Amino acid sequence: MTTAATTRAARATRRAARPARTNRIGLEKTSYRGRPSTLCKGCGHDSVSQRIVNAAWEMGLDQTQVVKLSGIGCSSKTPAYYLGWSHGFNSLHGRMPSVATGAIVANRSLEVIGVSGDGDSASIGIGQFKHAVRRNLPLIYIVENNGVYGLTKGQFSATADEGQVLKYQGLNDLPPLDICMEALTANATFVARSFAGDPKQLEALLKAAISHRGIAVLDIISPCVTFNNHDTSTKSYGFGRANEIRLHDLNFVPEFEEIEIEEYEDELEVELHDGGTIVLKKLDPDHDPNDRTAAYNVIQRSLDEQKLITGLLYISEEEPTFTELLDITETPLAQLPDSKMRPSREALEGVMAGLA
Amino acid sequence: MSVAVREAPIGRPDAPAAVNDFAINVATANGSGSQTSNGVLLRALFKMGIPINGKNLFPSNIQGLPTWYIIRLSKDGFLARREMTDIQVCMNGRTVAEDMERAVSGGIVLYDDSLPIANHRKDVTYYPMPVKDLVKEASLPHALRDYVANMVYVGVLAELLGIETSEIEAALLHHFEGKEKAAGLNMEMVNRAIDWATEHVGQHEGYRVERMTGFNDGKILVDGNTAGALGALAGGLSLASWYPITPSSSMAESVEKYAPALRTDEDTGKSTVAVIQAEDELAAMGMVVGAGWTGARAMTCTSGPGISLMAEFAGLAYFAEIPAVIWDIQRMGPSTGLPTRTSQGDIHAAYYLSHGDTRHVVLFPANPVECFEFGRVAFDLAEELQTLVIVLSDLDLGMNQHISEPFEYSDAPFKRGKVLSAEDLEERQGSWGRYMDVDGDGVAYRTLPGTKHNMAAYFTRGTGHNEYGYYSERPDDWEQNLERLKRKFETARQMVPKPIVDDVEEAEVGIISLGSNHEGVEEGRARLANAGLSTSYLRLRALPIDGSVRSFIDRYRTIFVIEANSDGQLHSILTTEEPAQALKLNSIAKCDGLPLSARFISEQIQQALEEEL
Repeated sequence: MTTAATTRAARATRRAARPARTNRIGLEKTSYRGRPSTLCKGCGHDSVSQRIVNAAWEMGLDQTQVVKLSGIGCSSKTPAYYLGWSHGFNSLHGRMPSVATGAIVANRSLEVIGVSGDGDSASIGIGQFKHAVRRNLPLIYIVENNGVYGLTKGQFSATADEGQVLKYQGLNDLPPLDICMEALTANATFVARSFAGDPKQLEALLKAAISHRGIAVLDIISPCVTFNNHDTSTKSYGFGRANEIRLHDLNFVPEFEEIEIEEYEDELEVELHDGGTIVLKKLDPDHDPNDRTAAYNVIQRSLDEQKLITGLLYISEEEPTFTELLDITETPLAQLPDSKMRPSREALEGVMAGLA
Repeated sequence: MSVAVREAPIGRPDAPAAVNDFAINVATANGSGSQTSNGVLLRALFKMGIPINGKNLFPSNIQGLPTWYIIRLSKDGFLARREMTDIQVCMNGRTVAEDMERAVSGGIVLYDDSLPIANHRKDVTYYPMPVKDLVKEASLPHALRDYVANMVYVGVLAELLGIETSEIEAALLHHFEGKEKAAGLNMEMVNRAIDWATEHVGQHEGYRVERMTGFNDGKILVDGNTAGALGALAGGLSLASWYPITPSSSMAESVEKYAPALRTDEDTGKSTVAVIQAEDELAAMGMVVGAGWTGARAMTCTSGPGISLMAEFAGLAYFAEIPAVIWDIQRMGPSTGLPTRTSQGDIHAAYYLSHGDTRHVVLFPANPVECFEFGRVAFDLAEELQTLVIVLSDLDLGMNQHISEPFEYSDAPFKRGKVLSAEDLEERQGSWGRYMDVDGDGVAYRTLPGTKHNMAAYFTRGTGHNEYGYYSERPDDWEQNLERLKRKFETARQMVPKPIVDDVEEAEVGIISLGSNHEGVEEGRARLANAGLSTSYLRLRALPIDGSVRSFIDRYRTIFVIEANSDGQLHSILTTEEPAQALKLNSIAKCDGLPLSARFISEQIQQALEEEL
């Protein structure tokens, strides 16, 4: 046996001997896993899936009350790879938002996670994406953004950089759509950008998204190691590592834990809908995530300076969600008994009388 | 079993008709308020007990383009569109010349005397109506003048034909939902017109309306879209998503209109149904699929261009086996076609909607009662079969007012299909396969998101999958799955609404038709019977067809398949599904935007039989 193997075996023995860590509903993290990934080795999306597992475990989500939806593409395959006890739906290309809308309205008690890609959301699905945002659906909307179509082998998406060169398609001469900018102009109530190579920040943002009242849009730069990972691409690991500027250090404190972190001078606490708190240690003292104009400015700056500015760009817990506006029963529509799914005899007879 | 065939009106088509048996055609400009006048006329006649039918031929336009409204009175209860016009009302200068040609010989033409009139025909009676003067004398608020001008012909027709003014007044109050001021303003105009007509027109001797009893007793006057909306609300609808499109919008709007009265939860005051206007038809259908997957009863309503956009989701609902309901209120296609004219041109599109090997359950309501019933039946079938159900109505059924039996209340349990609860899963110790054919009927068990059991979850996808829902590219998995879906379609065959069959003993000729053609077919059969030809009739109410269709075809020497489209789409489906009988099936298909008339149907059959000899 080699030394490395011996060490591995020793580590495994130590792990087995340790009592497994469980979350607040008594589950180990392994319970939150899905099936093995079939994506390329090193794909940013797998890293995002792992962050979703961690965030859900740490938040103690009841997976039976979570649904995970997606469109079509590499990113949209990932719901099979996390939260194995949750219902999943790999729907149609660019149409995850409408399927999510139906699910959310039919059962308002579900926690709904939608995963999409840049082709799925910014190209074929830009309309549904913007309308889901406009409706402020209680939905976590994750865009795993790599600027390229992976499953169809390397075509430009609508977020591809202007001037980007791909092996087969050559030069992209159109400007990119910016997911965060599009979300903001559609009046999103939670807009964040992060990087698959920045696990700590991403996990904090995911936890905050889970606690957010309305739609939480997370544009996650998630490099495609096969088709678009050269250092000149703004969607590559190299670019991200060299050019990421964090607006703040993030810490999420769920409602069920007490805040026990040291105070910083430039610190901001934002209380979320479910009682959790996101604590931002500001690195950029000018950015206030409650200020929509500031968010526009940050995005524009990142485009102008070609930097990957990450963090919670904008948040508002004030606006009502779509389900709140519909004024439907608290009991999920899909769980109403027959007696509540039909009119009374008198009510129908009243309508008949009006037609006689 | 033979149902007595009503006798056809006897006599030459151009003979002056008698009491309660003629047709009025009102030509107006769209957006001029004529819908109120026409609706009031129809309702007043209905309340006098006279069997009537109103067909609105309106343009795809908000204001200005020509509109015709045809009211047929039929003491014998024949309610199909009539081709002949006895009384022509001309209120539109742009069409007055052709409108005047429409009246039968011996008929009547009423016209706004300010219109440019060319030649008077010798064989009809003309009555110029001083519309402008009467409106002026009424000294109405200026903004309303144009709208009440159309009440002039209501008053003149009332005097000419003997329509009871009290019924006109009641119909106005009904139209304005009890608002006495609005009804009063309009009634004032009607009364002035009556006064004028008493002096200048008088009562006609040939064309009269007289109060009747029997036919209309206990009935309601309703359009199919309202009926379908009420049926859905009574049938457990939880989510309706839609995108505006003629002629289906009024169905979604009826859901919105009646939901507060019918579906407000008594305990909380909250709504038990959600109505969502989507950004397009794709999203509307996506919401239905998402809600159906989650366990709600969800539907959308649309028309031809809408189902084209919904095609991809239709395939997903079929293949991932998600309950969903689409109401397609058919209009003229192909393409944008004629948005405000009726047709049955989506039969093929609906049956096979989406790419790959897909087939859907399709329902064909023929009248408001069936629209109401199918409102619920569509959900029952969708959930029991875990698939898409398409209800094919059309503009004529959906938007025109029809005399109908009132809708019956039912509190029978909804058929929710094979759904495993957390307790069921516990009993099975979590062992189940989402696409496993346990019962041999092709329908597998599903669980709903939110089921509190850690073995409840499965993964839904439109890609190839095995019995457990896992992604699979194995040829045998694929074939097994499609074989099961075929088995499920065979199950559907036995579950869908059965055809309504009228076998006439001595008949050698059979008719197969569907949907809103019914009134035209029944009257056509009466005309044929009058001419000595007995016919039997099968009215198809759903696809896929069941064995009764085959045995009906077996029983008759020749079969005519009658439908309102150009290609004979139902005929083509029947020849595909009953190839051994194909040569017996003759297509009678017409697509000109108008509901099929009895004359067309009977003449086509007669002609075809003559050619056969």
